Amino acid sequence: MKLTDRITELSHLDRSLQAVQARVPMDLQIKGMHLYQRLKRRLTGRAAEPRFIEYPLPAADAVPIEALDPTSPFLYRQGLWQSYFKRLRDEAPVHWNGHTPFGGVWSITRYDDIMTVDRDHERFSAEPFIVMGEPPEGLDLAMFIAMDPPRHDRQRMAVQGVVSPRNLQEMESLIRSRTREVLDSLPLGTPFNWVERVSIELTARMLATLLDFPYEQRHRLVKWSDTAANLASATGGTVTADEAFSAMAEMAAAFTRLWHDKARRIAAGEPPGFDLISLLLTSPDTRDMIERPLEFLGNLALLIVGGNDTTRNSMSGGVYAHHLYPSEFAKLKANPELIPNMVAEIIRWQTPLAHMRRVATRDTRLGGQFIRRGDKLIMWYASGNRDERKFENADAFIIDRPNARQHMSFGFGVHRCMGNRLAELQLRILWEEILPRFDTIEVLEKPQIVQSNFVRGYSRLMVRLTPARRQTS
Amino acid sequence: MPAVTFVLASGAIQEVPLTEGSSLMEIAKMHAVPGIDGDCGGCCACGTCHVIVDEAWRNRLPPITSAEAQMLAIHAGADPGSRLACQIPATAALDGLRVRVPDHQF
Repeated sequence: MKLTDRITELSHLDRSLQAVQARVPMDLQIKGMHLYQRLKRRLTGRAAEPRFIEYPLPAADAVPIEALDPTSPFLYRQGLWQSYFKRLRDEAPVHWNGHTPFGGVWSITRYDDIMTVDRDHERFSAEPFIVMGEPPEGLDLAMFIAMDPPRHDRQRMAVQGVVSPRNLQEMESLIRSRTREVLDSLPLGTPFNWVERVSIELTARMLATLLDFPYEQRHRLVKWSDTAANLASATGGTVTADEAFSAMAEMAAAFTRLWHDKARRIAAGEPPGFDLISLLLTSPDTRDMIERPLEFLGNLALLIVGGNDTTRNSMSGGVYAHHLYPSEFAKLKANPELIPNMVAEIIRWQTPLAHMRRVATRDTRLGGQFIRRGDKLIMWYASGNRDERKFENADAFIIDRPNARQHMSFGFGVHRCMGNRLAELQLRILWEEILPRFDTIEVLEKPQIVQSNFVRGYSRLMVRLTPARRQTS
Repeated sequence: MPAVTFVLASGAIQEVPLTEGSSLMEIAKMHAVPGIDGDCGGCCACGTCHVIVDEAWRNRLPPITSAEAQMLAIHAGADPGSRLACQIPATAALDGLRVRVPDHQF
């Protein structure tokens, strides 16, 4: 058979797959799609996904500006991101590189330009994806962060209640008691990995609550989140398409079960909870989402990643920032009222997600450059947050920085982070509970940084705690 | 002296003198009105200066632009009187304006 015939045959298969979608369990559909994509890859001989191998990157001033490539997933780990972005901000704030591993990319690096792009969803669309590269074919999950209004608005409104003021108020005491439990279980005087024992543990517990997911299985949420956020083809991470397919099949099975179980209980007259699944089930715009697997999984993945990597890495980043700027820790201990502003400063300094992508919907101009319709623009929040034009002494961690709240880490415009207040609440409580317990959090070695151009995360942060001296009266 | 009144989430009342040339958000920040954050600095991009305008005043304010309407459209606590304070220029004509500050900003 000729190759073209085979492809035609595959496209028939494609259609039949779609036709059976409504009847076949979602996890089996994903497994089927996985097999189909592997077959297609073999037959068409198309290269598999990119694989990133680490080598020392050139210094920022060692290459001509037009060849500077800020998309490397090793830039942050190798400590070069500040010099790369500073050069871009100063010399080419709207910068084109046509030959990155993710194709042609405009890098937007100044605060004001990023704000312009983020605010203008008509000129700069969030569709089809908000990260640098593409997910594997067949796993192109549909999520509202990567939809434009009005579809975006409807889906966002349907789930926004999970982080409503009323929900947050109800959650505060629960978050506090869990934070205490985790902090009280930490070893004193002996080294341990803060990322694993505190940051991952606390965010996993929070996610299990938001989703009403079986508490003892919460580590599975962490695994799915890490898989979804670290695809090689999408963010230069270490996850292969095969790994992603199998994790998503697992996730689909677990959440399908959770969904039907909840639906049954609500139908039997149980009042719906304030968890995400109950909200999706009771909103007219989303109650049949289970019939649209890519959308169902996409929105779950979005909320899991949104509530996981971000807060986790701010929990680690805050400890590391205080280690690098010890006088700030002294300032904080002398004045714990600075905690809310410090939380904003941690989120600015860390910028747990480095960028968001947009696509130009028409030929346009930005910062003196001509942008063509269909061009990909990367808004580098990590750079905007260090823009000297906006933040004085921008690289420094200053817990009473007057404009810390104006950081870009939550994005601006219609896609502004929905969970921002929950993130702030979790971080505030963490630091409120750290201060009376520990005198010092000593960082023992350079942290290990994950491989990604999107997640600015720590995989290992070894620390040693000194207990607070008890105050005698 | 012309002034506007903020009714805080706690029910307390805070009167703030009008400074011409700035926005309602800026004068609230200038006088530390609790519950007004203005995280984007006043360019209608964050929705954290949300206020609810007294009915009597709704038609006397500049109309809602599409950018403001879009930010309010994703605001779960939005009400017919909802406005973003950064989009309301402070002018002497606002003397006596009364707005409510919600208990939570998104």
